[in-house]
Amino acid sequence: MACCNEHSRSEIVRRGLAEAGRGLPAIEPGMPLPAGTGLDRRTFVARGVGLALAVYGGAALRPRAFDDGIAAAAAASPQQKVFVSIFLDGGADSLSLLAPTGDSLYPQFRPRLALAAGAGPAFTEDPRLTWHPSLSPLAQLHGEGKVNVIPGIGYDHPNQSHFTSRHFWEVGAADERLATGWLGRYLDRVGRPDNPLQGLSLDWSLQPSLATANMPVAAVDAPDRYDFWARGVWGEVSNRMVGTIAKLGALPTNGDPGLRAASEAAAQSARLYEQLAPFRPKDDRKSLVSPVAYPGGDDRFPRRLAGLAAMLAAGLPLRVVALSAAGRYDTHDNQAQGLSDDLKLTADSLLAFQRDLEARGLADRVLVHVWTEFGRRAKENGSGGTDHGAAGTGFLIGSQVSGQMIGEFPGLAKLDDHGNLRATSDFRGLYGSILEDWLGTDAAAIIPRARKFARPKILR
Amino acid sequence: MAAIPTYKGAFGHAEAERLLWRAGFGPRRGQAASLARLGLDGAVRSLTHPPDERWIGPQPRDEKGRPLAPADAWGHDHLWWLDRMVRTSRPLVERMTLVWHDWFATSNSGVGSQKMMLAQNRLLRRHALGSFDRLLVSITANPAMLVWLSGTDNRKDAPNENYGRELMELFTLGEGNGYTENDVREQARTLTGWTSTWKRGKGQTDFRFDPKLHDTGMKTVFGRKGAFSWRDAVRLCVNHPQHAQFFVEKLWSYFVPEPPDARTRAGLEVLYRKNFEVKPVLDAVLRHPALYTGPRMVKPPVVYITGLLRGLNRGIDTSAWVWLSDGAGQRLFNPPNVAGWDDSRWLDTSAFRGRWNIANTALEKVTLGDRKGKKGPKVPNNPEAIVIEALTALGNPTIRPETHEVLLTFARDSLHGVTGWKAESYPPLVANAVRQLLAVSPDMQTC
Repeated sequence: MACCNEHSRSEIVRRGLAEAGRGLPAIEPGMPLPAGTGLDRRTFVARGVGLALAVYGGAALRPRAFDDGIAAAAAASPQQKVFVSIFLDGGADSLSLLAPTGDSLYPQFRPRLALAAGAGPAFTEDPRLTWHPSLSPLAQLHGEGKVNVIPGIGYDHPNQSHFTSRHFWEVGAADERLATGWLGRYLDRVGRPDNPLQGLSLDWSLQPSLATANMPVAAVDAPDRYDFWARGVWGEVSNRMVGTIAKLGALPTNGDPGLRAASEAAAQSARLYEQLAPFRPKDDRKSLVSPVAYPGGDDRFPRRLAGLAAMLAAGLPLRVVALSAAGRYDTHDNQAQGLSDDLKLTADSLLAFQRDLEARGLADRVLVHVWTEFGRRAKENGSGGTDHGAAGTGFLIGSQVSGQMIGEFPGLAKLDDHGNLRATSDFRGLYGSILEDWLGTDAAAIIPRARKFARPKILR
Repeated sequence: MAAIPTYKGAFGHAEAERLLWRAGFGPRRGQAASLARLGLDGAVRSLTHPPDERWIGPQPRDEKGRPLAPADAWGHDHLWWLDRMVRTSRPLVERMTLVWHDWFATSNSGVGSQKMMLAQNRLLRRHALGSFDRLLVSITANPAMLVWLSGTDNRKDAPNENYGRELMELFTLGEGNGYTENDVREQARTLTGWTSTWKRGKGQTDFRFDPKLHDTGMKTVFGRKGAFSWRDAVRLCVNHPQHAQFFVEKLWSYFVPEPPDARTRAGLEVLYRKNFEVKPVLDAVLRHPALYTGPRMVKPPVVYITGLLRGLNRGIDTSAWVWLSDGAGQRLFNPPNVAGWDDSRWLDTSAFRGRWNIANTALEKVTLGDRKGKKGPKVPNNPEAIVIEALTALGNPTIRPETHEVLLTFARDSLHGVTGWKAESYPPLVANAVRQLLAVSPDMQTC
């Protein structure tokens, strides 16, 4: 199916982009080292960012500034709550994430794919359900009261297009034309005109939920990779070149909106480059040092979460963050193995992130929401997979959550007309709770017809 | 009839350059100067009445030197069209094809066939400067569109409103502008009858209108009753009293960033209403003072890319343009949704980096300095000459004096007091950097 090939294709594109601009040109033989790449770069970064360098990664150079920097940055936004949106791309299978091993219809719908009771940890809030074994880390956090499970979340008249359903979730309404994201509208209400990091997309392009009408937001593939490299330019010339981006962005635009848009993009990119300076690798030394071990390998998800924790620890002024989880969840074929691997990497990373935040004393400030655009058809298909369905499964994770299930498992006996699970909670109601109870803003100002949707209790 | 204002100022290099960007993909080397010599009337006429297509420049290739396979190979659809934009001698036709692609935004993510997308692209090009009336009839019956907006799922026993709604909301009238939800339902009935055959390995084929599947009953659309046919659905929209204003304002917005004044709009509507021809309206827009004296527009990513390549005299020789273009927010044949690309949101911090990467790749064939053991040409230690040379390399774009000054200051500071090995090594680095900065400057991202 075309929709599903697009998934793997976009991943190829994503990788290609990620590699763009990577790598410094080779040092020519006989050229005196450090050829400007060492001390000069550091001096530049120090001049350009001062505080940020001091806060993180610059400890070896300027120990006093390190302490001063933390204090100054923390004073700027000491207790700002941070919301992290994590997307399971492609429509993750509810009936595998929390398998209804206690529902007698389950083996009939899933003759090849059904998980056995005891295959994973029992879900303590509903004896019918068993955690997917790959989600054991979430079961562990759930045992600590740090996870709200949302076993049947969706909306009326579910749309089974990846694109449309995801769009509804991104904009916070079943409205195909709404162009701002729900988190973007939140930032338009509370954000600042000088801080692109307040809405951070940890991706190669802006996550649509962060699309604002007015306020600047940032998109970075990874905080340690937001770099501006040019062929045939290196050393101090390269540093000065990147510094000149800000100067181009600062030129007067004389009220011309086109010039202003281009100048602001340059200025915000230069500002972001400075804000992220501590996270760029220097002199072959790793720039990100985490107090806990994250899963290794090539996948960007654990590295992005590790970078996020480090950015929060550095006191960078983040408010809302959006990224995609590891893996692809559009499991039309041969679901069992692929899903197991993807869920494992995602859950292992989420556990590491929570432990990282706890180790850094940041856990009370962060709420994570894991979501997917829809669940999958109850009946498995003929190719060892499942097709697009309706109600999906989500999770809220954090030290402040209530630890209580939101909605309930809808059961297999009462499917909708298309053979899909019915929703027992509405994503717009959940967004209302996140906005009001976590972010402290009026949901009615952000979510269209917000009062129509029941708001679940999400915090302790 | 209200007279539409015409630009009366000098038509020099800067004006010709802006016209080539807005109505095409920027000037080739020397093209702005030669267009300026034609004067405003001659210049606009050369765009609206172009000669037969004559491709200028090398044949497109992927990075391994292979010819493109636009119907089959992933990404080659995008490269194929980019190449047309780079090499065309009919830039307005190509640019209008892009306008229609955005206006009737169809994505291969929903169609799943590059072949069908290319067929739609040919349709859009055929009607590029023609009649909107006929274009709308053709696109309504276009297989890619029938798949994209559920035309073949629109059955008389279970009408699907997808196309009927967008026909009015996005293509002809504007949201809620002179139609009701009941009109949406009735238009859906009017548009029934399209079907296709599903063949294993081929997907949907043999798209056709089957009168047996059409709802022949009476419908009420815009307060008029009749046993309307699918062609009537289109005609009713085009003849709707609100359509001309919608059409004129939307078409205008692709060429001028601020809405037309009332007199201009009224004049354009009169022109358009005569027979729904696009060319007379375009001609008036391209001669309007607002195009030459008004504010600048952010170039869409594909226009930015093709413009750089035209200025550099480089053809399509790598498939990197597929992901580079995507990274800046515009993958051809894959608009984000049926409303098309959002022109107000081309730039964010990631898209800026995307454009940086585009400039870096565009410049890769002319990078100065030692390469593969070969000594490049010597670059003089002369900041002024380096900035002038960078402008020349990029086809002599017009930039603000302030931008020139920033580049010059950068070059001066970088070369100030360098001695020893740096005296020889740094000038090419600075020259490369000046080109890169010039290419991403706000001046070159806008037109």
